[in-house]
Amino acid sequence: MASHYEAPIRKPLVLGDKGYHDVTVDIARPVEGKANKQWWIVFTIALVAFLWGLGCIIYTVSTGIGVWGLNRTVNWAWDITNFVWWVGIGHAGTLISAVLLLFRQKWRMAINRSAEAMTIFSVVQAGLFPIIHMGRPWLGYWVLPIPNQFGSLWVNFNSPLLWDVFAISTYLSVSLVFWWTGLLPDFAMIRDRAVKPFQKKIYSLLSFGWTGRAKDWQRFEEVSLVLAGLATPLVLSVHTIVSFDFATSVIPGWHTTIFPPYFVAGAIFSGFAMVNTLLIIMRKVCNLEAYITVQHIELMNIVIMITGSIVGCAYITELFIAWYSGVEYEQYAFLNRATGPYWWAYWSMMTCNVFSPQFMWFKKLRTSIMFSFFISIVVNIGMWFERFVIIVTSLHRDYLPSSWTMFSPTFVDIGIFIGTIGFFFVLFLLYSRTFPVIAQAEVKSILKSSGEKYKKLRDAGKPLYEMPAKGGSKKVEAPKAEAKEVDPKQVSSLLEAIGTFDPETDTADDLKKVKGIGPQMEEALNQIGIHTFAQVSKMTEKEYDLLDSITGSFPGRAQRDDWAGQAKKLNDKK
Amino acid sequence: MYTFSNRLKIGSFIAMGLGVIFLAIGFLSAPSTVEEAKAIVAAHDDGHGGGHGQEAVSHGGDQGHGESAAHGAEASHDEGHDASHDEHLLHQLQNKPWAALYVAAFFFFMIALGVLAFYAIQRAAQAGWSPLLFRVMEGITSYLVPGGIVVFVILVLSVMHMNHMFVWMDADVVAHDELLQGKAGYLNPTFFLVRAAIFLGGWIFYREYSRKLSLAQDESDDDSNFIKNFRWSAGFLVFYLVTESMMSWDWIMSLDPHWFSTLFGWYVFASMFVSGITVIAMVTIYLKSKGYLEQVNNSHIHDLAKFMFGISIFWTYLWFAQFMLIWYANIPEEVTYYVARFQDFKLPFFAMLAMNFVFPLLVLMNSDYKRVNWFVIMAGIVVLAGHYLDIFNMVMPATVGDQWYIGLPEIGGILFFGGLFVYWVFNTLTKAPLQPKRNPFIEESRHFHY
Repeated sequence: MASHYEAPIRKPLVLGDKGYHDVTVDIARPVEGKANKQWWIVFTIALVAFLWGLGCIIYTVSTGIGVWGLNRTVNWAWDITNFVWWVGIGHAGTLISAVLLLFRQKWRMAINRSAEAMTIFSVVQAGLFPIIHMGRPWLGYWVLPIPNQFGSLWVNFNSPLLWDVFAISTYLSVSLVFWWTGLLPDFAMIRDRAVKPFQKKIYSLLSFGWTGRAKDWQRFEEVSLVLAGLATPLVLSVHTIVSFDFATSVIPGWHTTIFPPYFVAGAIFSGFAMVNTLLIIMRKVCNLEAYITVQHIELMNIVIMITGSIVGCAYITELFIAWYSGVEYEQYAFLNRATGPYWWAYWSMMTCNVFSPQFMWFKKLRTSIMFSFFISIVVNIGMWFERFVIIVTSLHRDYLPSSWTMFSPTFVDIGIFIGTIGFFFVLFLLYSRTFPVIAQAEVKSILKSSGEKYKKLRDAGKPLYEMPAKGGSKKVEAPKAEAKEVDPKQVSSLLEAIGTFDPETDTADDLKKVKGIGPQMEEALNQIGIHTFAQVSKMTEKEYDLLDSITGSFPGRAQRDDWAGQAKKLNDKK
Repeated sequence: MYTFSNRLKIGSFIAMGLGVIFLAIGFLSAPSTVEEAKAIVAAHDDGHGGGHGQEAVSHGGDQGHGESAAHGAEASHDEGHDASHDEHLLHQLQNKPWAALYVAAFFFFMIALGVLAFYAIQRAAQAGWSPLLFRVMEGITSYLVPGGIVVFVILVLSVMHMNHMFVWMDADVVAHDELLQGKAGYLNPTFFLVRAAIFLGGWIFYREYSRKLSLAQDESDDDSNFIKNFRWSAGFLVFYLVTESMMSWDWIMSLDPHWFSTLFGWYVFASMFVSGITVIAMVTIYLKSKGYLEQVNNSHIHDLAKFMFGISIFWTYLWFAQFMLIWYANIPEEVTYYVARFQDFKLPFFAMLAMNFVFPLLVLMNSDYKRVNWFVIMAGIVVLAGHYLDIFNMVMPATVGDQWYIGLPEIGGILFFGGLFVYWVFNTLTKAPLQPKRNPFIEESRHFHY
């Protein structure tokens, strides 16, 4: 692998005084802890949206596609718009995990896990649309080239729609394998830390028996490179083939040769916007600001700016060549887009996709978290409009002016779209509570070269490692001494939350029964005023943190071992 | 400091001399009257036998050519058509040495421009592996000045009707062609030259300014020049994104003035990008073999070869995207472009695909081979030849039609511009130390090991 040297002018990618164990603790925390109230609120909203969408899907399938707003002229609208939008969003994940891996971009390591999860979840949404659109989804297997008993019925290999079936299913499988491969060491990490047998069981199944031997790592790196090599052409191919759905036709505004690379650029553009949307929230909720830093957001903004400019360049090329071609149908198609009845969609697309990313040329704006979040939403909207403009404006003015018409969505169109957004967030929220959301094994591999702690040590000329202090007895003294200098304010706020111990009425429990509490810790707890299981069982994440800051020993231990859960059981048995 | 070896210098002079002679023969042997043109074709056909049959077929597919279509519309009866056909043949044969000159001039110019884009990307991306190669890249981009001037002069001479390569420059043709009249707002000689001057001016300005900052950074005691260079490089890339596409519409796509493809600019970009990277690898390996660039290790060569491999595939992707969509939709005004190539240019068309896609795919796939210097050189020669053929296929069908062959003027063009390129590039390399001193990433580049 590349050497550990890094130019001093490079900014650290892991902020704060983070050592290897801190990375483990920080990344395992959301998995090992409990969901907070906000998570439940957002999850409920997403679930309701999903269920509404599901209802609309059932209504569509049971009644027929006629419940959508399609008509004879505009016979393809929201369904394919949503499909392309979701497939496009998926692209950033593969780009981050595969292309940036090949380009040895270290900053990808903090974001690749979630970006890949986003890829998989959004491809799932995309895949729903063709299936629903079939009208009879139970015959969906007809799109596969399998021998059948229906005589001459056979898939049409000349159709780009069929190529889509292959492209997207290949893409989904490779992305899934790539994602899971990266997850193996991280699942193993959670497995090794798991206290409850059920969790241990699940995570050891998920980690496929990862042992962490040198051989495991060697194969891991090898397979990562091979999959990256496979996934890179796949990133290009998927959206290329999606663009073929339109560009192989002879419809003005659809048939243009720039479509393949421009669709790919647009897909990466929208995908990075979605990654920014998700991660800006996630870094806050899961306290991952030290790993997903402002620099990461800035770099993603730069990618958004570059791909947005490429997309803009393609828009202008299309416009210019439409004029240059001298083909009046082509010229009319573009004139109609910009000035026809759908001008508002066209100009929303232009504003959101071409103008808004140009703000990212300013350092102040691209390092502002609020602004990045705002632009990421704007870009997501803009890229939806792009597909809408391409599809609907080209169709609604066909060759026969008497059939010219407009498209208006029904509540079912809208419901299914909202439903996929809900489904996407349901999946993503579940993921964020059960999966290690940052590739901790990979982050650790760059910690020495790019972590702030080690950069500082290097700058100070100190060695990057610390020898463990010899003689256990001395080491035990230290936390005790610290425990004595407790901050009375913190103690009172801790006791306020979990209740005080009154020696008159309560009897002290043997706290050592809780796994993870030894005699020293018990003494420390008693000193603070914690004597009973009932008190311990009331501890939540906030109290654990308080406890950690008071005792100063074994940070994260209480949460990892789930003291509260254990204490609750012990208290019930009493 | 690098010293230009005498052998290489003499070699480049000999190539230029031979090139001039070959080109001169090409220009002198071009016909000046219709009769001479007919005689040349007749003599050519005698040599080949059966040539008439082929010719008859090929003219069927020649409608893609702007001039012949225009003449076809003009000539309503057979006699007129014959006469215009003969004149067309004369123009093709007269174009031949010009087109040979133009293809070679553009090809070597495009290498320098491709390297400039690569260089700007390295700077804008703050890449850590490549600073050791910056002086090599700067040496290659120095060819932008002579190469750009030559291309510009050829364009000016075309505007002055010294040749018939760009049929839309011919007022008679435009007068009978409604499509060209529609495009006259863009395709007119003055605006065409003004655009060319702006493109060249912008590219040369960035190259010279960035080189100045790069040299100044070596002597300065802070990173201000480096930061400035970073900013200018990012700005240049925006300018380049727009101008490169327009340049390829102007200088190449307008040779077939009826034909259009939105992808064309990016397709030409892929060709120049991979050629440029190949030349960086070849010059680096040459310099290493002479004992220079000690710090450049085989990981750097490996990375360059990976780019050769990757961009070759990217080129194929764009080639396929353009070809497949036009072939599949089969719209007459678009598909003629490929019909002409399929009928009259079978050999160079498919040879180019083999050399630019199949060959690099198979040869550069293995990662060990990408670290073997002679292997990279051999692969590079084939890739460069393939991309020469690519440009050849873009220019020749519109300018000389079925009268193409690779003879003295084509080889002369390659020799002349190749010699000039080598002389200019290696002469520039002697002007500054081959290793940048104070680039903040130079340590990373030195430690680069993969």
